[in-house]
Amino acid sequence: MTDSTTEMTGAPRRHATTEAVRASIGRRHRKQVYVKALGLGAISFAFLMLSILVISLASSGYKAFTQTHITLDVFVDSEEISAEKLPRGGFDDVLTAALLVHLPEVDASDRATRRKAEGILSKGAQFQLRDMVVADPGLIGQTVIMTVPLSDPYDQLNKDLIDRDTDEANRRLKNDEISWFDTLEVEGLISTPLNTGLITNADSRFPELAGLRGALIGSAWALLVCFLISFPLGIGAAIYLEEFAPRNRISDFIEVNINNLAAVPSVVFGLLALAVFIGWFGLPRSAPLVGGMTLALMTMPTIIIATRAALKSVPPSIREAALGIGASQQQVVFGHVLPLAMPGIMTGTIIGLAQALGETAPLLLIGMNAFITSAPSTPLDSATALPTQIFIWADSPERGFVSRTSAAILVLLTFLVTMNAIAIFLRNRFERKW
Amino acid sequence: MTTLAFAVLLGASLLGYALNRQAASAIHAGGTRLHSLSNHHGLYALLLVLVPVLVLILAWLALQGPVIDRLTMAGLPEGTLEALDGGGAQLVLAEIKSLAGGRVFGDPEPWKQVAAERYASLRLLSGQMLLAVVAGLSAIILFFARSRVGAGFRARQRVEGIVSGLMIFCSVAAIFTTVGIVAALLFETLRFLEMVPLTEFLFGTNWEPQIPIREGQVAAEGAFGWLPVILGTLVITVVALLLAVPVGLLSAIYLHEFAPARLRAVAKPVLEILAGVPTVVYGFFAILVVAPAIRDFGAAIGLPVSPNTALAAGSVMGVMLIPFISSFSDDALSAVPRSLRDGALALGATRAETVLNVLFPAALPGIVGGVLLAVSRAIGETMIVVMAAGLIAKMTVNPLDSVTTVTVQIVTLLIGDTSFDNPKTLAAFALGMMLFLVTLAINVFALRIVRKYREAYD
Repeated sequence: MTDSTTEMTGAPRRHATTEAVRASIGRRHRKQVYVKALGLGAISFAFLMLSILVISLASSGYKAFTQTHITLDVFVDSEEISAEKLPRGGFDDVLTAALLVHLPEVDASDRATRRKAEGILSKGAQFQLRDMVVADPGLIGQTVIMTVPLSDPYDQLNKDLIDRDTDEANRRLKNDEISWFDTLEVEGLISTPLNTGLITNADSRFPELAGLRGALIGSAWALLVCFLISFPLGIGAAIYLEEFAPRNRISDFIEVNINNLAAVPSVVFGLLALAVFIGWFGLPRSAPLVGGMTLALMTMPTIIIATRAALKSVPPSIREAALGIGASQQQVVFGHVLPLAMPGIMTGTIIGLAQALGETAPLLLIGMNAFITSAPSTPLDSATALPTQIFIWADSPERGFVSRTSAAILVLLTFLVTMNAIAIFLRNRFERKW
Repeated sequence: MTTLAFAVLLGASLLGYALNRQAASAIHAGGTRLHSLSNHHGLYALLLVLVPVLVLILAWLALQGPVIDRLTMAGLPEGTLEALDGGGAQLVLAEIKSLAGGRVFGDPEPWKQVAAERYASLRLLSGQMLLAVVAGLSAIILFFARSRVGAGFRARQRVEGIVSGLMIFCSVAAIFTTVGIVAALLFETLRFLEMVPLTEFLFGTNWEPQIPIREGQVAAEGAFGWLPVILGTLVITVVALLLAVPVGLLSAIYLHEFAPARLRAVAKPVLEILAGVPTVVYGFFAILVVAPAIRDFGAAIGLPVSPNTALAAGSVMGVMLIPFISSFSDDALSAVPRSLRDGALALGATRAETVLNVLFPAALPGIVGGVLLAVSRAIGETMIVVMAAGLIAKMTVNPLDSVTTVTVQIVTLLIGDTSFDNPKTLAAFALGMMLFLVTLAINVFALRIVRKYREAYD
């Protein structure tokens, strides 16, 4: 009786469990598929964002790597430009005259039309001519063949960024201006060479002249200062904390402090630099020296953390062996452990410097967003840096600066990718398995 | 002059190294047993010269500017400064400096010319004095160091003592930085609070820092209630996290549990690239691509969207945070012992169930710590919001509206303005102080969680 009851109740229950499990398997597997799909979706989203980012930058930036130029036979008229009055003189009139030779339909006696036609050439063209003539006054009275940049609207037109089909009232260039350009193009005067000015020129209000030279040199100075300060300080601190410091409250406090410092918002470092370096010490504003010092304070925690990790990965046997043959603590560290940890330290340093190179906010606060048309020659001169230059250009209303900004970002990203690639190379090349 | 001083320093320390090393080698060659290697004798001289003289040069450079300024101003003829307030005196000083630098605009008054010459001669004098002091001090130290060379001199211990001191100084530099941050922020914030009461700053609902520039100007009265600013920060942070947390977590789970090795090998570096992109690039991306897209979409479905939306800034910030959260979560998931995972799988759980019901709860503290750090980064993030969020503080939680954030206000208040004597610029420091305190609290909390959790399985 009892047996039969257990059989009676047991059998259906076992059956029910199996059934329940069977029934749920489909549901559970579907759930697994959902989770997997969601995960794949998330990863794809990240990929998608990265590719939109890169594609949008590349598609708007690649056009800034070329620049529309015009080649003119310029007669350096001695009536306009006299050797005594250099560097003053009517260089713009000379250029306009050379241009108008090719545009017979322009009525040169009408001031308004003449001015409009002058607008074809970049404002920088006359300075190019001036520099040539000042360098060689013998050119006065002769005819020189010059290739000068066109102004931004015509550059945009040549790059098909101005739609000829839009209503004339809403277009930056009117019909007559476009026809002038077409005339010049038909005559074969227009060329679109590689825009070396993007690297060799300093900043300018005119997009066709603006370049990154000042920003590149400013960034280089700031990074150099940053490296000179943060590298020795960071390594010193890391070695002390990892190898020598007694484990007590003070070293614990320092460690917590460093971890916190690594997570302090960058703009706070800008405030620190502004109040202390500029306000209290009276160091110059906009200077790469101050920028570098600020970036050094931000980079130091990164370097310390990376160096400590690298030191930690050196096996104790190395230390023990060196100690065993009578080396002092410091000889062990500087003679044996540090050289072995160096690749890891370099990797961390390069990554820290790459971060510093892209940092913008603290540099804005110390005034490295100033508009400066010459490259700094010492770290105390006013300068901009690459990321702040990007910020300035992104704020500029001229159309031409949109592509300049993208191009500058591409330059910055090139540097960053290169630095990271070097770091990865170092890691792979020198990585040891103990 | 300064460069020359550094050159002298470098030369003197190298000379000291060479001299001492040679002297020690000579003793050694004479057959006497040295206590320390001759190399250590050289290093002893090198460090003994390098450290104090370098400190001297840096201190000199830091102090000479203010001292010369004061001397120049004190040397002006009687009565010129009385008529000027602080700002006017600064202008006069700036003019004198530019005259001394050879940049003459117009016809400066004769007394300014005199002052400029004085300024230039003071600078020259300071440079010459620095050079003389550096050379003299280096010579004395060199002589002293050279006199210490002897068979029984414990040069190695001395060198190691100096090196230890230097390393301790390096470690303390981190504390200096923190102290500097706190001191600078606190000092300026206190000055701000003298002008604006604390209660108004903390509880005011109106943020209009553009105070009248001229006295008696009837424009806006400055208002410094930070609630709309922090509200805007929170709106953007929430938008960013709503995007970044799910996407980051799901991609971490996928990469950790489901992804084929090949995809993992590609995806991880790609995420790292995403993490290494400077934020100014994200900011430009926001105004170039995302904001117009949101505006067009809003126009298409008839929603009023302002040009600078919290949504645009927040979602781009979310993209920035994805790699941060995913790598943190991945680490946390990997830190869960394998036995837990194997146990769950052995009991017949599917992989999804293992991840969601076993690994995820076990890794939760680490993940929460990572998310908290991401929150702190979102609150402190500057460039994306400076470029893509608005400037006007509004009490709104609508992500389609334009909001402003703490960091945006700090940057806009301080760009191009360093006079620390009006509430407008000082307000930036007060905001910075709040930002520092809030992010510090979150960071400490997050680091504590992460640490505690990591210790649990060690």
